[in-house]
Amino acid sequence: MLTMATLVASITVFVLAIFLGFELISKVPPTLHTPLMSGANAISGITIVGALILSNSQFNSGDPGTASWLAFIALIMATINVVGGFMVTNKMLEMIAGKKRRGGK
Amino acid sequence: MMVDPVIWDVGYLVSAAMFILGIKRLSSPRTAPQGNRLGAYGMLLAVLVTLVKMYTDTEGIIGYELIVGGLAIGSLIGYVMATRVEMTEMPELVALFNGFGGGASALVGLSEVLKRLQNSNVPEPGVELYAIWVAIGLSGIVGWVTLTGSLMAMGKLRGGFYIPFTKKDDRGRRKWVRFPTWGPPWMNFVKGAILLACISLIGLTVQDPHNYDYIYSLVILSCLLGVLFVIPIGGADMPVVVSLLNSMSGIAAAFTGFVIGNNVLIIAGSMVGAAGLILTFIMCKAMNRTLMAVLFMSFGGGGRESVTRTKVGSDPEEVAMICDGITKCVIVPGYGMAVSQAQHAVKEFADLMEAQGVEISYGIHPVAGRMPGHMNVLLAEASVPYEQLIEMDDINSELPETDVALVIGANDTINPVARSGEGPLGGMPIIDVDKAGVVVIIKRSLSVGYAGVDNDLFFEDKTMMLFGDGKKMMNELNGAIKEL
Repeated sequence: MLTMATLVASITVFVLAIFLGFELISKVPPTLHTPLMSGANAISGITIVGALILSNSQFNSGDPGTASWLAFIALIMATINVVGGFMVTNKMLEMIAGKKRRGGK
Repeated sequence: MMVDPVIWDVGYLVSAAMFILGIKRLSSPRTAPQGNRLGAYGMLLAVLVTLVKMYTDTEGIIGYELIVGGLAIGSLIGYVMATRVEMTEMPELVALFNGFGGGASALVGLSEVLKRLQNSNVPEPGVELYAIWVAIGLSGIVGWVTLTGSLMAMGKLRGGFYIPFTKKDDRGRRKWVRFPTWGPPWMNFVKGAILLACISLIGLTVQDPHNYDYIYSLVILSCLLGVLFVIPIGGADMPVVVSLLNSMSGIAAAFTGFVIGNNVLIIAGSMVGAAGLILTFIMCKAMNRTLMAVLFMSFGGGGRESVTRTKVGSDPEEVAMICDGITKCVIVPGYGMAVSQAQHAVKEFADLMEAQGVEISYGIHPVAGRMPGHMNVLLAEASVPYEQLIEMDDINSELPETDVALVIGANDTINPVARSGEGPLGGMPIIDVDKAGVVVIIKRSLSVGYAGVDNDLFFEDKTMMLFGDGKKMMNELNGAIKEL
């Protein structure tokens, strides 16, 4: 049951996290602009949690219903975002780090 | 099995902390790979906590098909896309993933509202109804706009598309259509009206939560808004648009957190939203334009200057001779290098010069290319050492002592007219290649850049133009250097 108190608590978390996000990244070197963007984007795939909860529905009895199908599509999209996002970021960072080592010798 | 539900909140808290540390570490080159892994583990933890929580709930997991199927299909597609992608296609892929994130959030909200209506689980009018319905509406608006906007941005990044089923030409290609950029001034009013309509629809659903028409209208209008939002914005402004959409995909996830009452979504989503916004402002600053101007004033469209002057092009051999015996060369890449995929040829040129003892560095403009950090990623792919990639401010102090500045497919970011403070480019920070001894510019033609402004630098005596495709000209130049 959602009450005024829990709502205000959630809004507090929301506002504080926005400030945290601003403070967290003060200066980013341009080389990291793309990896930071794709890494942050992978984290925004956290919506996968909601998709999982809503995908929990019976299939055996036939059609799980429109709502569950939508959750299923959401789950696929969120998983692509998460898995693909972290992998692609890792790929870029390895490339950048690899060059750095070789360049330093 | 009964477990104290507090344990799940603790699990989510740990995963939120891992996201915070992950993003923090992503902003420094040394710790970035670790930061990314930390984020991935945080995500894994959140997924595991959710699954175990669902399993131990009173109801338990009532159907595995959709859960297992969704995770498997999504992982497979994500894996294949991430493994197959070429570095040159990275902007499109990042845009697409952004869209998926936003779309997933919007779908979760839609699924939640339908499920509640289906199970007659609509709260009585009060805080709960208002909060959840408004959150569903907002995650819907932001999410759908992110999805359709990102798909549009992807099309713009690609530049266009082949029409399927049309006749192939002699090179085996189908008909190519440029992705449209279209935005008459009245479009802003249309966008504003649609946004107002969307917000009013949220108000209406709160008053009449059982009305499906309002919900579906909101979906359709938000999707339309995303298309209209991006269609007037030109390709060269995509760094701003892509980072803004990245921010929006985070905000959508945060709103979804309100919908399902989960703090980890709120924390992770709003942090990503803030981080994306910072990047957006970095990009705007690099163009000396405000976010509002980028988003709502169509740019470089109407008053394009036509070029009447001419300039005799040089040969690769002449340039090779100029490059012989110099001590310092600065390479300035632009979007043209990305399009022609010339980064490996550029690296070969740098290797040839370095073998002759020439000092090589790269001057990177923050908005060169179509995505924040686009040039850095491409050059990293071609094994260019990280230390040689110099930021705009630092390279500008080196350029007066530079013998040759080699520009590949850049125009507006090196146009000296920006220093005059007038016209569309006025006040935009540029790379001062005109201060170098000799400027070599590889470009297809003398035509104006994205801003639609003529570039005086092309016509100066110390400028040598190599007309042609970036990769082809670089290869010819490398060949000429080897023959010397």
